[in-house]
Amino acid sequence: MAHEILERHPLAADLVLMGIHSRGVPLAGRLARDIEQIERVSVPTGTLDVALYRDDYARMGPRPLERTHFPVDTEGQTVILVDDVLYTGRTIRGAMEAVIDQGRPAAIELAALVDRGHRELPIRADYVGKNLPTAADEIVRVRVVEHDGVDTVSIEPAE
Amino acid sequence: MTHDHILDPPAGGRTGGLSHLLDMQTLDRGSITEILDTARAFHELAARPIKKVPTLRGRTVCNLFFEDSTRTRVSFEIAAKRLSADVLNFSAKGSSVSKGESLKDTALTLQAMGVDAIVVRHHASGAPLQLTRWVDAKVLNAGDGGHQHPTQALLDLFTIREHFGRLDGLHVAVVGDVLHSRVARSLVQGLATMSAGVTLVGPPTLLPLAADRWDVDVTHDLDPVLGKVDVVYLLRVQRERMHEQFIPSIREYGRLWGMDRRRLGQLAEHAAIMHPGPMNRGIELTADVADAPNALITQQVANGVAVRMSCLYLMLGGETADRG
Repeated sequence: MAHEILERHPLAADLVLMGIHSRGVPLAGRLARDIEQIERVSVPTGTLDVALYRDDYARMGPRPLERTHFPVDTEGQTVILVDDVLYTGRTIRGAMEAVIDQGRPAAIELAALVDRGHRELPIRADYVGKNLPTAADEIVRVRVVEHDGVDTVSIEPAE
Repeated sequence: MTHDHILDPPAGGRTGGLSHLLDMQTLDRGSITEILDTARAFHELAARPIKKVPTLRGRTVCNLFFEDSTRTRVSFEIAAKRLSADVLNFSAKGSSVSKGESLKDTALTLQAMGVDAIVVRHHASGAPLQLTRWVDAKVLNAGDGGHQHPTQALLDLFTIREHFGRLDGLHVAVVGDVLHSRVARSLVQGLATMSAGVTLVGPPTLLPLAADRWDVDVTHDLDPVLGKVDVVYLLRVQRERMHEQFIPSIREYGRLWGMDRRRLGQLAEHAAIMHPGPMNRGIELTADVADAPNALITQQVANGVAVRMSCLYLMLGGETADRG
């Protein structure tokens, strides 16, 4: 995925990576590290908590808030949102609103480790680690060393 | 004491959510920690160029103030507006309340208008609890009589935790008119819940008679306490009480229980000074103490917005939307 990003953005110019809590945060860190190894440029990397921008707050209630951090002014930059699983697209919609609230980026792109389908909004990923066809009642679980001690992607039956 | 305002148990990775916020004694350690942790995120938000988020879009918060209080009302108003709620201010002056409408009728009117939260300040202790029996809206106590002022206590706990990195094991001296202070009542309970120690300091006439039943030390002498505490929390001298002769004179109060440069020097180096405001410079503290680097008084005001955003965020999600 790092190579794909660099293909589209030579020398990673004017890029900002924003990891979406929680699993997107370590994934954004890894993409930044890979890009640095390939191109020897360091990409500003931040974190984004979408809880305040969710469209299900009224229905589901409050969620714990994590840190949102914009490493640089995103005005005029290309912001790449990084998440573990792309599913309905609602989280990404909230993330786009959160980014736009802080300035007008030149473009927003999306990198997802897994695209499991079942979109409810007209949203697609620009960079996908793997497309995973799933049934709506299955649960796709991404585990990362930073949070869970292992790196795995698994499809689990509904609880 | 009813318990219809305790926290719902947390479920499924979501926060517990608050139903009402009436007092500090029904908030357990977990709930207080959740409110403070959430406030942390809102505190960071205040440092960003755009401080507003869309979370409470379409919700209506009513500030219902039967006592004057510009700072608390404005703090709640900013908090609600930064969360994109609609805010209406309803003060006793210039409203139907001054025409003799009862609290109940005012409440039912707001209920009929479909407000989602009522922030209430009232001169009668227990008025917010009474409101919860009449309305479906969430009720936040912004000070009721001599009873409680929970959001002030929460913002004080937040300020102390941000400054020291913890609450556990800290020692706080609460100085002044504890007897008439809802701020003191709420703060002392909150500190106890978070395992911080408290010493009440003040003239015998301004300490509650039952203070020995509170889990605190009590003394009338400020100087011996100064070297031992992490925080000196100065309560406002309520000038309107002075004609009731609780203290001989304002000047004597300042000499015995006011923080001045000399007393500032007796504090431990890391110790902080706090005051809920509005402060009387020259009485509870001298002007140079109020502006000293270890005075956290302006931080308290700034943190008030974050803590009130946290309470509104935790209270207004979930089932209220289905009420229609």
